[in-house]
Amino acid sequence: VTAPVVVLAVGNPSRGDDALGPLFAARVASALAEDVAAGRLELLEDFQLSIEHALDLAGRERVVFVDASVAAPAPFSFARVLAERDASATTHAMSPAAVLDVHRRIVGEPPEAWLLAIRGERFELGEPLGAGAAEHLERAVAFFVEAMRVGFEA
Amino acid sequence: MSFDLEKAQEPDKLRRIVIEPVSRVEGHGKVTILLDAERRVHQVRLHIVEFRGFERFIQGRPYWEVPVMVQRLCGICPVSHHLAASKALDLVVGAKRLTRTAEKVRRLMHYGQILQSHALHFYHLASPDLLFGFDAPVEKRNVVGVIAEHPELATQGVLLRKYGQEIIRVTAGKRVHGTGSIPGGVNKNVSRAERDALLADWPKIFEWSRGAVRVATDLHAAHQEQFDGFGYVRSNLLSIVGKDGELDLYDGVLRARDADGAILFDGVDPQTYRAQLKENVRSWSYMKFPFIGALGPEKGFYKVGPLARVQNCDRIPTPLAEEARQAFVARSGGKIVHAPLAYHTARMIEMLHAAEVIGDLLRDDDLSGDDLVAKGPRAIQGVGILEAPRGTLIHHYEVDSQDLVTMCNLIVSTTHNNQAMNEAIREVARTYLDGKEPTEGLLNHVEVAIRAFDPCLSCATHALGKMPLVVEIVGADGVVLEEIARA
Repeated sequence: VTAPVVVLAVGNPSRGDDALGPLFAARVASALAEDVAAGRLELLEDFQLSIEHALDLAGRERVVFVDASVAAPAPFSFARVLAERDASATTHAMSPAAVLDVHRRIVGEPPEAWLLAIRGERFELGEPLGAGAAEHLERAVAFFVEAMRVGFEA
Repeated sequence: MSFDLEKAQEPDKLRRIVIEPVSRVEGHGKVTILLDAERRVHQVRLHIVEFRGFERFIQGRPYWEVPVMVQRLCGICPVSHHLAASKALDLVVGAKRLTRTAEKVRRLMHYGQILQSHALHFYHLASPDLLFGFDAPVEKRNVVGVIAEHPELATQGVLLRKYGQEIIRVTAGKRVHGTGSIPGGVNKNVSRAERDALLADWPKIFEWSRGAVRVATDLHAAHQEQFDGFGYVRSNLLSIVGKDGELDLYDGVLRARDADGAILFDGVDPQTYRAQLKENVRSWSYMKFPFIGALGPEKGFYKVGPLARVQNCDRIPTPLAEEARQAFVARSGGKIVHAPLAYHTARMIEMLHAAEVIGDLLRDDDLSGDDLVAKGPRAIQGVGILEAPRGTLIHHYEVDSQDLVTMCNLIVSTTHNNQAMNEAIREVARTYLDGKEPTEGLLNHVEVAIRAFDPCLSCATHALGKMPLVVEIVGADGVVLEEIARA
């Protein structure tokens, strides 16, 4: 059974604030364990987005991409993403819009998609999550848990 | 010691072109090209712009954590690091010989990684150049262009990638951050049901892999003259080979050939790699320059990866890949092929081999055995070498009596190819850029040469907003003269 909502959380757990994505997935797995167990929510994690993630979107109603961001306002931004070809389609580290675009071209119209970009600052190998990022993570998790309950709005 | 076009005489008086980051390769790389007023090329360098400190990251950790932790060094080929570290630490726990189940589960994981990595590179990173031409409009020269004009190929690439990742999930326990391989063996087998599920999809994977060899071969044949000369760089070749000289990507002994194919050394125990391979540093790059010690840095550099492996081995131990290898050798009249663009055909021959190996392993009941871990007398160090998708990967650890890693030395695949890649882009610059006004299409020629090696410059950091794609032409005074942004 394909869960209607999928979270695609990306990042490297050992690179400072790049761990925001994987840590978000872990926290939500705990906070929404019943939704996961009931097949209402699936949490996927990877180092970065790549073409095969387009197939993970098949049959979903909604996808939420979660990533650390050096550009997002603190503590996080949450916005719709539309399928769009961009330069990241030429790399292993694709943007959410490019993944949606590959889905559209290979599978069909993609699901409703959102990007939860959590503000991070430092990304050095071996560094722990920074204090600021940890606070941003808490607020992002709380926001998402609430959104799963009442609905998604930017 | 300096190679032609490595160092300009008066760099401050020259115009500097920077390609940063190089696209469709892994991680952050940068190419700088120095031109004079007549646009003559004086210096070309591929730089790695980030010091990664991998060894420092590992030192001080308990050895049993290492096969999991090293996956975080690289988000592109974490499985290769997972297995190379496990192989090195097998020796620390005294497991000189693994159980049959452990050996075969690891091989399945490894060949799954080879399959998915090679598929992604060929179909989605390299094929836009090969199908549409190096000068094609940039908006067409990407995976979306491939999907638009060759939808079956693009879809096959995605599904081959997905299949390899499913093998990794089954053998490593998870799609990412797998824990399946441990010092001394594995912590799970592959059940009959898992094998059957993978076998159900295998026939089409095999057929697509056969087709991929034909596509790569036909593309090369269609542009034979250009492809054979493009970025041509003679060098030695290095890889591991099986004990009988056969292609073996998981285990074996070190073999090197010179540029004409003569054996330089053979049968070298991986534990003694330091007696054969030395490393050089240059002030302008964080990536080291390995070389065969006996030949010195100028004559001792070498290629690794598919092009080296397919020519370094005596045979491929699966029938259809061996047939393809023989045809590859016959086309060059038995001479060693040094054209970087021939990497693509060699890569697809290896992908076919991986598909054949995967099919054989999935039918092997040893995969479902229960004897998972071997042990023996504890040792203080171990070296693990395997052939990762991009080339020879070396992990070397020393462990103290408290089980903590005290020394870690990693030579990753792309590092071996450092000099060869630099030489290839210098050849491209001589041929295509010298005396011409650089355009995006011409600069893409430089990237085509780099991409052929499928380098992994990855740091696995990719946070949103950190991957600009821009080519800057900067004057000697540091002022940006021109900016060419990709679509």
